[in-house]
Amino acid sequence: MPSAPVLEVRGLTVEYLTSAGPVRAVEDFDLDVHAGEFVGVVGESGCGKSTMLFGIAQLLSPPAEISAGSVHFRGRDLVTMTARELAATRWRDLSVVMQSAMNALNPVAQLGDQFADAMRAHGERSKQVIRERSEEVLALVGIDTVHLKSYPHQLSGGMRQRAMIAMALLFSPDLVIMDEPTSALDVVAQRSLMMQIKQLQRQLGFAVLFVTHDMSLVSHFSDRLVVMYAAKAVEIGPTREVFAAPGHPYTQGLLDAFPSIRGPRLPLTGIPGSPPNLLRPPTGCRFAPRCPKRFEMCDLAPELYQAGASLAACHLHAPAAKEAAR
Amino acid sequence: MRYLLHRLGFFVLTLWAAVTVNFAIPRLMPGDPASAMMARFHGRVNPAAIHALEVAFGVNSHQSLWSQYLSYLHNTVTGNFGVSLTYFPLPVSTEIAQAVPWTLGLVGVATVLAFVVGTLVGAVSGWKRGGLVDSVVPPVFVVTSALPYFWVGMILILFFSVMTNGLLPNDGAYDVNLVPSLSPVFIGDVVRHALLPAATILITSIGGWILTMRNNMVTVLAEDYVRMGRAKGLSDRRIMYQYAARNALLPNLAGFAMSLGFVVAGAILVEYVFNYPGLGYMLLNAVNNLDYPLMQALFLMITVAVLVAVLLCDFVTALLDPRTRSS
Amino acid sequence: MSTSLVAGTPNPGEQTGPARVRRERFGFLRAVRGNRKALTGSVLLLVFTVLAIVPQWFTSVSDPNAHEFGLMLSPSATHPLGTTAFGQDILAQLIWGTRQSLVIALAVGGLATVVSVLVGVSAAYLGGPTDGVLSAITDVFLVVPTFPLIVVIAAYAGKGNLPVMIAVLVLTGWSYGARQLRAQALSLRNRDFLESARVRGERRSYIIVCEVLPTMTSLILANFLGAALYAVLTAAGLQFIGLGDNNSVSWGTMLHWAQSNSALQTGQPLWVVAPGVCVALLGAAFALLNYAFDEISNPALRPVRRTRAQRASS
Repeated sequence: MPSAPVLEVRGLTVEYLTSAGPVRAVEDFDLDVHAGEFVGVVGESGCGKSTMLFGIAQLLSPPAEISAGSVHFRGRDLVTMTARELAATRWRDLSVVMQSAMNALNPVAQLGDQFADAMRAHGERSKQVIRERSEEVLALVGIDTVHLKSYPHQLSGGMRQRAMIAMALLFSPDLVIMDEPTSALDVVAQRSLMMQIKQLQRQLGFAVLFVTHDMSLVSHFSDRLVVMYAAKAVEIGPTREVFAAPGHPYTQGLLDAFPSIRGPRLPLTGIPGSPPNLLRPPTGCRFAPRCPKRFEMCDLAPELYQAGASLAACHLHAPAAKEAAR
Repeated sequence: MRYLLHRLGFFVLTLWAAVTVNFAIPRLMPGDPASAMMARFHGRVNPAAIHALEVAFGVNSHQSLWSQYLSYLHNTVTGNFGVSLTYFPLPVSTEIAQAVPWTLGLVGVATVLAFVVGTLVGAVSGWKRGGLVDSVVPPVFVVTSALPYFWVGMILILFFSVMTNGLLPNDGAYDVNLVPSLSPVFIGDVVRHALLPAATILITSIGGWILTMRNNMVTVLAEDYVRMGRAKGLSDRRIMYQYAARNALLPNLAGFAMSLGFVVAGAILVEYVFNYPGLGYMLLNAVNNLDYPLMQALFLMITVAVLVAVLLCDFVTALLDPRTRSS
Repeated sequence: MSTSLVAGTPNPGEQTGPARVRRERFGFLRAVRGNRKALTGSVLLLVFTVLAIVPQWFTSVSDPNAHEFGLMLSPSATHPLGTTAFGQDILAQLIWGTRQSLVIALAVGGLATVVSVLVGVSAAYLGGPTDGVLSAITDVFLVVPTFPLIVVIAAYAGKGNLPVMIAVLVLTGWSYGARQLRAQALSLRNRDFLESARVRGERRSYIIVCEVLPTMTSLILANFLGAALYAVLTAAGLQFIGLGDNNSVSWGTMLHWAQSNSALQTGQPLWVVAPGVCVALLGAAFALLNYAFDEISNPALRPVRRTRAQRASS
């Protein structure tokens, strides 16, 4: 790797404190993001990907809390930072784009005020500078600057999402975290937004951590892919490799669920069963109950083993299993 | 704009409904106000007064119901409510005009104060969840909001007036020995007389505001835009006021408008307990004296006051919520 | 809103509608037991209900209004709360008076809720001009200050008529609930489980009664409690100013007679304090239950335990 990663997550564990006991929505999660990289995180609803994202950004609210692990951003651990240090680094170095701009923008404040908010919170006093910068970022995403005086409900869905991205780029951060920003849009707007994000990335050089449930969407745009299942990362690797040769049976199952436009007609297979109850997760591999390739070793919890160019949490790739297979 | 026109239309509609109800009640009820009055004054009643009543209530009238209605509407709009029976021959409008400032002063100020303070406390309580404030506040105020207004007034009288030998007065709006004027002495006396009644209104109504604002805050704090505020690195204070409270306030305002009916009920009883010469006290006396013209005019006046307050709330909502301003 | 991680299988196709409601009902009872406010409210209500049903178990006085005892006696063993200026035992009056207050609360609560449901849900489902008319009527009733209206009507219709009082309280108390129920019914209108019922060919009345209403039980219950609270306080107020039945036994009437006899000024505070406390407790019971149901159905409102990892603030 040419340089130190911008983001280093180690052993991140997020727990929800419920009356029935703690539920681990994210367990022992590791991730590296390098400068300018586009990392996609996929998984089905409830697998913990959004929680993981908010955990990294230190945006969890009770009853959720980080119970273990570290999140090193540019070498400093966000988890142990004081509130003041955290506020200073927020948005400046690390910003967030949320799923629904209608919900993520303050409905009673003008767009311009919401931009100015962020800048003033980081010490910018000059109205001139604030105005100019706001107009600059709006121009980047192709929104007319007259909309600085608009309220969120006056913009169209696509415009709102782009406005959110513009807001995220106010300080040209090193990392932009995005939580399913395209889910609320139609297919055409989705693609146009993604292309805009990629173009801005090339222009400004920020890294992107992108969470979605739409594998086909992320496959075109991400450099690396993380697949999550039942609060854990089950596969991590370069997108191409993961798609061409998935190491984990779950990833294979996900890919099989999407028909190919050009390939031969094959019957669609889903993945039978449902994800485990995270209140009492199984002790061995969490995917084992639904896995078509399950064998005896799966009663033990797997680690991330090397599987070609990627890492997969599957005993099929455990050195011992590979030995036995030879 | 369409929003305000809509609210204005509602104002007119409700006003018309109240006026019509006022017109209908004496004509629907059993009994005849004129004879009731005769019975009360043992027949020694001025024929002009009887005639006034008959005109107002349509007794022995040769006009059709519709023309009675029209002349009633006309009278109402021009402020001609007839002559009061209790304070005969003073016209009702004069009587009412004397009581209005006392009610506006006491009830108006106390209610607005309760709303403002309650909203602030509720906002802070909702913000600092899990603290001592939050575990004490809800149960305490749930109980205080269930207390009957008039009883709280009586308890306050017991502790601060009777037991303190009259430290805080419990009767009337000012000392009858003083001449009403703008002198500091008089004003001081007015304030002293207003303390217990105002405290009663405050204690009983503040609980509701605190609780609803707290619940609104909790709901709003779970919204994405609050999380965004945190993500942007904004100070806690800014998030609490600009992002959370400003949004949580909106349903509270709507709730304020809807609860005014209940506030009025409480205010009437408080005035009664303290013999405070406002519209409520006058209403209850009118009921006891079977002074029908005064009763009905008071009902209308109170309704108008409430409707105006609701309209004001609507204006404030339009000011605070840009979504209502676009069509 | 979704707490799929917490509730169990995070199944993307999570069932909504009646099946979930049925599963929730047992958790509901558990939740009531666990919530202190609900517990307190239920206990209070239970106490008052028992007092209302069998007052004769708790006091030896059979006619609490009879002027049988000494006047203005202080509390003692025979008269734990003393006697009134007419020689009536205050505690006996309190116990016998429970019945009227509770009857009014439950009758008005029930009837007002029925009217609210009828108007609110119909307005939401019939839509169009019917909805416009019903909503306008609801809003007018909501805004017009009804207490002065009640007072005026009571003055004309004659005092002391219990059915009239109940009718008037229902008439003035249904509108708040109707508005809330209409709002919720509207939001439910387009939910999938209702769509599937429509597609199955079910009649509209079936859909409303068997699919929609069960989902709205918690709101309907909250309305019942709110209406009951309103009834308790307003009835007490009306009786206090003398518009109730002055010859019957009820807490509000006790306060009326206490006020007429200047009880506070003549050193008989218990005559005032005791009935008021009872009104307050009954009202508090309904209010606590209402607030507790809010918390139970919306977990976000529950009191939060202090979390361990509180960030250092400097």
